[in-house]
Amino acid sequence: MKAFVKQSGIVAPMDRANIDTDMIIPKQFLKSIKRSGFGPNLFDELRYLDEGQPDADNSGRPLNPDFVLNQPRYQGASVLLTRENFGCGSSREHAPWALEDFGFQVIIASSYADIFYNNSFKNGLLPIVLDEAIIDGLFAEVIATEGYELTIDLENQNIVKPNGDLIPFEVDAFRKHCLMNGLDDIGLTLQDADDITAYEVKRKESSPWLF
Amino acid sequence: MTGKTLYDKLWDSHLVKQRDDGTALIYIDRQLLHEVTSPQAFEGLRIAGRKPWKLSANLATPDHNVPTTKTERTVGIAGIQDPVSKIQVQTLDDNCNEFGITQFDMMDKRQGIVHVVGPEQGATLPGMTVVCGDSHTATHGAFAALAHGIGTSEVEHVLATQCLIQRKMKNLLIKVEGTLGEGITGKDVVLHVIGVIGTAGGNGCAMEFGGSAIRSMSMEGRMTMCNMAIEAGARVGMVAFDQITADYVKGRDFAPKGDQWDMAVAQWADLVSDDDAVFDKVVEIKAEDIKPQVTWGTSPEMVTTVDGFVPRLEDAKDDVERSGFERAYQYMGLEPGQAITDINLDRVFIGSCTNSRIEDLRAAAAVAKGNKVADSLMQALVVPGSGLVKEQAEKEGLDKIFIEAGFEWREPGCSMCLAMNADKLGNGEHCASTSNRNFEGRQGYGGRTHLVSPAMAAAAAIAGHFVDVRQFELVK
Repeated sequence: MKAFVKQSGIVAPMDRANIDTDMIIPKQFLKSIKRSGFGPNLFDELRYLDEGQPDADNSGRPLNPDFVLNQPRYQGASVLLTRENFGCGSSREHAPWALEDFGFQVIIASSYADIFYNNSFKNGLLPIVLDEAIIDGLFAEVIATEGYELTIDLENQNIVKPNGDLIPFEVDAFRKHCLMNGLDDIGLTLQDADDITAYEVKRKESSPWLF
Repeated sequence: MTGKTLYDKLWDSHLVKQRDDGTALIYIDRQLLHEVTSPQAFEGLRIAGRKPWKLSANLATPDHNVPTTKTERTVGIAGIQDPVSKIQVQTLDDNCNEFGITQFDMMDKRQGIVHVVGPEQGATLPGMTVVCGDSHTATHGAFAALAHGIGTSEVEHVLATQCLIQRKMKNLLIKVEGTLGEGITGKDVVLHVIGVIGTAGGNGCAMEFGGSAIRSMSMEGRMTMCNMAIEAGARVGMVAFDQITADYVKGRDFAPKGDQWDMAVAQWADLVSDDDAVFDKVVEIKAEDIKPQVTWGTSPEMVTTVDGFVPRLEDAKDDVERSGFERAYQYMGLEPGQAITDINLDRVFIGSCTNSRIEDLRAAAAVAKGNKVADSLMQALVVPGSGLVKEQAEKEGLDKIFIEAGFEWREPGCSMCLAMNADKLGNGEHCASTSNRNFEGRQGYGGRTHLVSPAMAAAAAIAGHFVDVRQFELVK
């Protein structure tokens, strides 16, 4: 996993609550057995005017000109600004894979679905939670200012606005550590292998039917 | 000391190690695997040169994109027409063989939807932690188990370490007191709950369903309810252990036998929230208030009663909900204030991990018996949840009832719930579906899903539009 320390990027606003995982990456693209290549089909049904097919060339497909990510001013965006309960629905990790493959590194919303939130950190994607009032303010600024960029400083847990103002955010210490160092947490857990084995010995005694 | 909730007890009994940073290592007793969210996890193991920690904890079956027509199911994987689906099912088969994981493959009569197969086999037991790379893993919490969906990185983590790194969630109790009316099922109860608390109402919580209406509900009804806890935002749904749980589990293939059974039941008796347990939040619902539910929009919280109407803009609680309503009217092709019973249907789907068990099929067949699917319908599908459910239904003659009424009787799989196989809605088609999600495009590009119970779906198939199943005899 890529390490995330400090990132700056253009902000794309998606003013919609409850964006679900079927919207982020529709089911037909889940047939892939790889982790990469989902970017061209991110938000497929919103982004294109026709129905996407797995393993197809997307370059000639008709784009929906109204969709935010198709607008020239948001090209190259790496920060997605959105609304409450982002990522609700299925557990598909293809959702963060698609966001990351497209080029997003940060999501800003007032809340996330639990599984999506968890999956994001495993893929170097930072989901930031801010109050709805701050998010309202950001939407207004992003829409008013072409080329609006934010800098996300994970180490100091701050978002730096173009005028230099700081918006602090919370992040779990363990997740921050893993993200900043690009750590694979399987390796970390296996450092506790003796504890796992000791637990199994105890549990086998109390609940032998599980072994 | 105050008492513990069921969730507290399950958490404590699986705690391997509490870390200083607030995270905990939680032991996982059972992992269910399917073809969609596992290939990248097995690939990760291979790349890192790791082996599964405990082989016997894993059980696999293909379900999401297996075809459901008889012709495609007679020769195994080679018979799958869609080349991309075929590779995925083949990859699960190859991975299970390579790593030595038990799999009920496509030709095995025990194959089916993971969340039907686990409980049916006794592979899901009270007191267990159960995970699967599928959000509807919450289903297994009906057995007083701690069960939730995980992403593919975590599937790999569980394969390699038998543990997950977790933070404890909050305790939420949904208390349904009273007696459910005739024709009201677990599906109606859970849709009603989602309507009350919203799709984010359970975020960050483990949701226990309690109260007298749940205590008298069958295991299958409880599974339907826990299945949809995730649609209320809760990764975990749970119901306390009782005699109904024990009776369901006893004698199943993977369940303990003999002395171990007695020992297990004695231990499981404690899998209830203590009387003095403190929940972070309690939501009380009166069973008598619940009517048959139908979703009208593109989120499970956009739900109303069968005698209700598509809400008007002024019913929205804020601007965000108002714009959600506007988008939903347009996507669904519905007018504000339109009566639910005036929604004409194109297809009906009875199946999915929510509602494809034998009781679901019995309830639908009871309505279908002696009736005919409306001419205006293009298709009415019945897809049993597993090969064993199908076998049982055929033993009871339910297949004949459905076929005579004009339904198609299919082979087990996830089917039109998420349309990864050939079973899908066309653009703009309305479907009465017993599945769990009415998201845009979920059942097919441009498809319009209305979530209902199996009996409501069957009644809608016969009428061609929604009808109140409680008055079905009067209107047909």
